[in-house]
Amino acid sequence: MTMTTEPAATTTETKSTSTIAVRRFARNGKLVAGLVIGGAIVLFGLLGPLVTQDPSLVHDQGLTGPGGDHWLGTTQTGQDVLAQLAHGTRGSLAVGAIVGVLTLILSAFFGVVGAYAGGWVDEAFSLFTNIMLVIPGLPLVIVISSYVPDKSIWLVSVVLAITSWAGSARVLRGYTLSLRNRDYVLASRVAGEKRRRILAVEILPNLIPLFASQVVFAVIFAILGEAGLSYLGLGASGSFTWGTMLYYAQNGLALRLGAWWWFVPPGLLLALFGAALSLINFSIDEIINPKLRDQTRAARKSWRMSREQLSKAKEATL
Amino acid sequence: MRYLLRKLGFYLVALWAALTVNFFVPRLMPGDPVEILISKLGQRGPVTPQMRASVEALLGTDSGEPLWRQYVDYLGNLAHGDLGVSVTFFPASVGSIIEQTLPWTIGLIGLATIISFLAGVGLGAAAGWKRGSWLDNLIPVTTMFQSVPYFWLALILLFAFGSVWQLFPLNGGYDVYTVTPGWNGPFLGSVLYYGALPAITIVLSSVGGWMLGMRNMMVSTLSEDYLVTAEAKGLRPGRIMLRYAARNAILPSVSGFAISLGFVVAGSIVTEAVFSYPGIGSALLQSVGGNDYALMQGIFLVITLSVLGANLLVDLLYSVIDPRTRARA
Repeated sequence: MTMTTEPAATTTETKSTSTIAVRRFARNGKLVAGLVIGGAIVLFGLLGPLVTQDPSLVHDQGLTGPGGDHWLGTTQTGQDVLAQLAHGTRGSLAVGAIVGVLTLILSAFFGVVGAYAGGWVDEAFSLFTNIMLVIPGLPLVIVISSYVPDKSIWLVSVVLAITSWAGSARVLRGYTLSLRNRDYVLASRVAGEKRRRILAVEILPNLIPLFASQVVFAVIFAILGEAGLSYLGLGASGSFTWGTMLYYAQNGLALRLGAWWWFVPPGLLLALFGAALSLINFSIDEIINPKLRDQTRAARKSWRMSREQLSKAKEATL
Repeated sequence: MRYLLRKLGFYLVALWAALTVNFFVPRLMPGDPVEILISKLGQRGPVTPQMRASVEALLGTDSGEPLWRQYVDYLGNLAHGDLGVSVTFFPASVGSIIEQTLPWTIGLIGLATIISFLAGVGLGAAAGWKRGSWLDNLIPVTTMFQSVPYFWLALILLFAFGSVWQLFPLNGGYDVYTVTPGWNGPFLGSVLYYGALPAITIVLSSVGGWMLGMRNMMVSTLSEDYLVTAEAKGLRPGRIMLRYAARNAILPSVSGFAISLGFVVAGSIVTEAVFSYPGIGSALLQSVGGNDYALMQGIFLVITLSVLGANLLVDLLYSVIDPRTRARA
């Protein structure tokens, strides 16, 4: 409870803030792990489909285990699981990317602009956000998507984004409200800066970490949401994602037949990618919120505390 | 009082918005839903002009009436509790199907969510109180469970405990062959036995989020000045933890609980699909499969109502447990 100051910030004023940021970045194991795992999966999604065979190509050996020609085995109809996995990764990541960008735009507009404008604009935007927040997402997605027989990956992404931006907008609104009353914003207003400039130069840069974590959340949500939707048979038609692979695996009785090579890889990649993004989010949280950062053992170790000091600090905070 | 009215007003507006979305979605979709539905019905048997008229009235396309008139009729029917007739379970009314399936969903998902919330908040408070303990180190593991897609976790557990070791039944809500539904011991026991595995999967996949949120709030609260004061006064650690730290740290979790209730009702769809549980989620999926728009709209309405109701309840509760919200209003 006695830890309040951050030594790095007070003693190293001569160093530029960017070197401190880079050093903190490299020291943060969670962030590095998250970036490595996430990056590997993104690379697989980008490059995999270029080198693997056609995912719909049917071979004469159905439902065989990994090995030989097919590194991850084949599906019931003799399609290569590895090729499907590569294309599925690309599809799922595309959904995540589209929803991430749309959520960013929607939540920035309704959260930040509304909170900064104030007055009736804020009231109206906030009411709209809260209504979108309480209207249940997945049932709405199911209802909407059941009316459209041929769905593209774009449509599914747009529907997912429409039902999921509200939470981020609320978080951003809360933080913007506290920012707009800070002294430096008031000072620039007194100095006669234009409102648009205050928003773009004074407020938005301070929101970047929050934006980053909200987008990461949106991407996780979108990829899981799409997988759930596809698993229920309501996903994008005629395209490969991790969700559609699981749907076909379930329908092909992969579970009953013990074809683990069919249903384990897509689920595992989903879980790994989700975990990697969560790790990135944790480290963003720790960077934004020094209270969380200073309380971890890793942070104390980096202050070169000795073993005795560490245990003392632990006692002090118990 | 003002606070209460404000809240009630908000939920009325939200309810109206949900009803309007429900009304306009089928009317905004490309293609004529009536033709789609008629052609699907035609595959099963002859379509009488009365059926066509009822479908048109339901979906409200090209029946000659202006849109606002249909909208008023739609709201009027809802006010009378008239949700129409299901096509999939013809001739049962939508209301009776919801009545049959809703208790299953509320029993399973509701209980599992409450268990998960209580366990997560309790463990999170303990982890935040003793940072660096084994419980605190467990948190990354439980958040891993969160990033595992729920239905995949459920499928793997079902595969392991249903097919391989056969500890739990593979699907259904109770043993259809040996027990009769009603308030008797064997039936209730069977329901508990069949509900155990779905409940476990829900708790496993959601407890990590509660733990992490509570733990982080605990850490933030513990660095407040009033906790130093409490410690300086020499209060017992247990009292400091529960009455001073946890009581304040739990507030964001409570409002998160309200939001997650919506997610859980929505999540019930996937749970019930995996376990073939006879709840409202299965009914929604069946209605989607059978293009049963009346049932679909009815179920969406019920889900929305329950989410709004849960949020309202928690909002009211919140003003009791956190006096600051009352003062602000």
